[in-house]
Amino acid sequence: MPASNELLERSAAEIAAAVNERRVSAAEVTRATLERVVATEPNVGAYLTVLAEAALAEAASVDRRVAQGERLPLAGVPLAVKDNMCLTGSRTTCGSKILEQWIAPYTSTAVARMLAAGAIPIGKTNCDEFAMGSSCENSALGITRNPYDLLRVPGGSSGGSAAAVAAFEAAIGLGSDTGGSIREPGAFCGVVGFKPTYGRVSRYGLIAFASSLDQIGPLTRTVEDAALTYDAMAGFDPMDATSVQEPVEPAAPALRDDLHGLRVGIVREFDPGALGGAMDALYRAAYAGLERLGAELVEVSLPTAEYGVATYYLIAPAECSSNLARFDGVRYGLRVAGRDVRGMYDATRAAGFGEEVKRRILIGTHALSSGYYDAYYVRAQKARTLIADDFRGAFASCDLIACPAASCPAFRFGAKSDPYSMYLMDYYTIPMSLAGLPAISVPCGWVQPPDGNEPLPIGLQLCGPLFAERLLLGAAHAYERATNHRATHAPLAQRLTA
Amino acid sequence: MNERYEPVIGIECHVELKTATKMFCGCCNEFGGEPNTKICPVCLGLPGALPVPNRRAIEHIVTVGVAFGSTIAEFSKFDRKNYFYPDMPKDYQISQYDMPVAAGGSVKYWIEDGELRECRLTRVHLEEDTGKSTHAGSTDGRIAGSEYSLIDFNRAGVPLMECVSEPDLRSAQEAVAYLEALRRTLLALGVSDVKMEEGSLRCDANVSVRPVGSSSYGTKTEIKNMNSFRSVERAIASEVARQIAIVESGGRIEQETRGWDEINGVTHSMRSKEEAHDYRYFPDPDLVPLEISPAEVRRVTQTLPELPAQRFERYTARYSIAPRQTAQLIDNPALAGYFERVLALGARPAQAINFVLGDLSRLANETGVAVAESAVTPEYLSGVIALVEDRRITSKVAKDVLARCWHGEGAPAAIVEREGLARQSDTGALVPLVDQMLAAHPAVVADYRAGKQNVLGFLVGLVMKASRGTADPVVVKELLNERLSSG
Repeated sequence: MPASNELLERSAAEIAAAVNERRVSAAEVTRATLERVVATEPNVGAYLTVLAEAALAEAASVDRRVAQGERLPLAGVPLAVKDNMCLTGSRTTCGSKILEQWIAPYTSTAVARMLAAGAIPIGKTNCDEFAMGSSCENSALGITRNPYDLLRVPGGSSGGSAAAVAAFEAAIGLGSDTGGSIREPGAFCGVVGFKPTYGRVSRYGLIAFASSLDQIGPLTRTVEDAALTYDAMAGFDPMDATSVQEPVEPAAPALRDDLHGLRVGIVREFDPGALGGAMDALYRAAYAGLERLGAELVEVSLPTAEYGVATYYLIAPAECSSNLARFDGVRYGLRVAGRDVRGMYDATRAAGFGEEVKRRILIGTHALSSGYYDAYYVRAQKARTLIADDFRGAFASCDLIACPAASCPAFRFGAKSDPYSMYLMDYYTIPMSLAGLPAISVPCGWVQPPDGNEPLPIGLQLCGPLFAERLLLGAAHAYERATNHRATHAPLAQRLTA
Repeated sequence: MNERYEPVIGIECHVELKTATKMFCGCCNEFGGEPNTKICPVCLGLPGALPVPNRRAIEHIVTVGVAFGSTIAEFSKFDRKNYFYPDMPKDYQISQYDMPVAAGGSVKYWIEDGELRECRLTRVHLEEDTGKSTHAGSTDGRIAGSEYSLIDFNRAGVPLMECVSEPDLRSAQEAVAYLEALRRTLLALGVSDVKMEEGSLRCDANVSVRPVGSSSYGTKTEIKNMNSFRSVERAIASEVARQIAIVESGGRIEQETRGWDEINGVTHSMRSKEEAHDYRYFPDPDLVPLEISPAEVRRVTQTLPELPAQRFERYTARYSIAPRQTAQLIDNPALAGYFERVLALGARPAQAINFVLGDLSRLANETGVAVAESAVTPEYLSGVIALVEDRRITSKVAKDVLARCWHGEGAPAAIVEREGLARQSDTGALVPLVDQMLAAHPAVVADYRAGKQNVLGFLVGLVMKASRGTADPVVVKELLNERLSSG
């Protein structure tokens, strides 16, 4: 039986069940997905590289494993991998000219675990260059459009993975979240975006932006799929000294249908009234929805959260200025000749990096330089500690926190040309990143923008204490099940493809 | 050297640690090999690869710290030292900045007169080595002006210990003696091969001069590119002379890095202070802080071997062995071990040291076999010593017996027995031999009688020789005296 478009639009859990029960083969799902990609990509542009050959080979291997009686949690599930994760033999660009031709000679732990669980790597997805951005517009290698309105950005930096999942070009997208890079594109593309606790998923093979913040997580169409992905990837990795030894309890079996007995904190400082009438109404309705499911709403305070963006834009650039030093023209392909070796470095990096990457390298280099280190880097680290303390304080009186995932719906290309307004896109997601907390964005409704014809999805962000993934995913599942906002509108890309 | 000036020298060493694997990955830590064969994503610094620290290397640093009496940090961390260089895979080096594993302590060293001196340590920390570049087509082998460069990453990520001394050294000789002591100790601890020729020991010297009696420091220069202890000594001496000449002529020393030119025997300017790097150190976010428990430090302390400096003190103070001989023994740990075993069998140190450094070392040189590997077991040597002590053989025979043992002729007592080498003190047996010699050398006898009493020694020698060394020289002398005066 050929895999129907209908099956591709189902969840990863359903696809895996069909493959495990041999109602459809992984090869059939893969071929259908690759056809879907060919039909959809001209509109969306989620992928930088489609791995047709590797995908079919992997599918054949999954079919063999299933035929031998293995039951794989993600059997045959089409997977989109953000192009900052290494996969042996695949071009891995980070959306940058400096890595445009680099073929990874090894596979990241997270991707390897997904493949072990039966997922099929369809391709590598577009992202803001080195994951620096909130719209995918900072990619040097391609434009990705929001599947719900092709004139708009998919969010970022994991915009390619979010768009691929929203446009049914994959059932699961892997993203990386440093300050909101999974949650914001998740919200923009009407899908679930989940960032686990820092250290839960190995960073081995994830090309670093800011090492102390980067965390891999899923973009999926259902919370259950996010849980399945998390269960497949999470857990200690001896190759990552920052991966945590805490035992991982599977989240998928703990999904729940109500929120009885949970106290949900509403952050006083994150008043949705500041986001305008439509957004305000939507978030108030979302909070009321949580209450209807049995949650007790309590007000909590995060007084230092407003310093999140300022703190983040010292720590993340500082780390990136060092992480990106290795792209110097000696290796990795791009080399622009110079008068001497230093000239070669300068010319290569000038040609290879985009504006935003250069800006952050400069900011970070300055923040770490002698004489400024204490004033910037050290102070930012202190602020980071205070922000984490605030969350600890808040979680003394609540189990989860609910707040907006982004301050606006997907915007038009070029609308945030001023870097600072782009930085503010992550206002609601950065504090959790600085505190290392698990957080998820789930669709919570639609707004009709004044400057467009298509209704745009909005995301609700839920955040839990460290290592509370089970609780968090469980609650997000209850909310998703009760509201099912995704079903309200089909993406434009789907309508154009059909 | 100008007597009015005092050199002030501090040494900074980099030592490659001996571990099975590299500092942050599972690659083999071994010198040499085909270029780029001992590499992986981690030590190549590939995008996405992450470091995981080698526990053994950390233990090594703790061991070194404990051995030198440093304070071991309970809480330490790794930092990134950021600078660009083509053979540094990540363009930053994982190192330690403000919280080294070990701080303080001192290295005890000695120079020729055997006096034990001390050089304080500033710190000992752990970092990773870089790759190795070969620059082709430049006149001086440096990257500037080269046509192309080849990089071998086999060395990249090898655990490296940095050991920084205080400016406590006052001469090039002291600097070398310090390095020798450091080398000896690290060898004794088994933490490194410490081979300068293979680059597992590399050092830079900070050199300044000041008027004798002054307590403030002059402007220092840092000397690099010294490839042997000999070149360290020459480079420092040359730099000290250069600085004194500048100061004498009213000039000013520039703070700079200078390279040692082995061929021309001079240092030359490499870069000035203004060009100094801002390394932008910050804690490496890929690594978690290092915790070293007091229990771990106790365990290391308890398992520490005797250190060369302690051995030096034991030999010179307890055994009254001359410093020069002590130094000779300590520089040859296998020989020292042999010596210790001989002592353990009851030999007197003064006796043992003479045989070990004298006859046996000479035989070792002649035959190319190490003393400890030779047929002369510690038991044999102690046996020979006992035979001498018991006056059963002469010390002359002892040499012969040892040589025979060396060449595999068996146990000393058996050789003495078989070859009839027992000491002869019996006058009855020696008289015929003495008379025979006197009869054979009438001219010598005449000389003696004419007043040349010093020919007596010659005659004793003849008798000894005729007896194959077995004759008791005291008895022989008595007999000769008796015969010559009575005749």
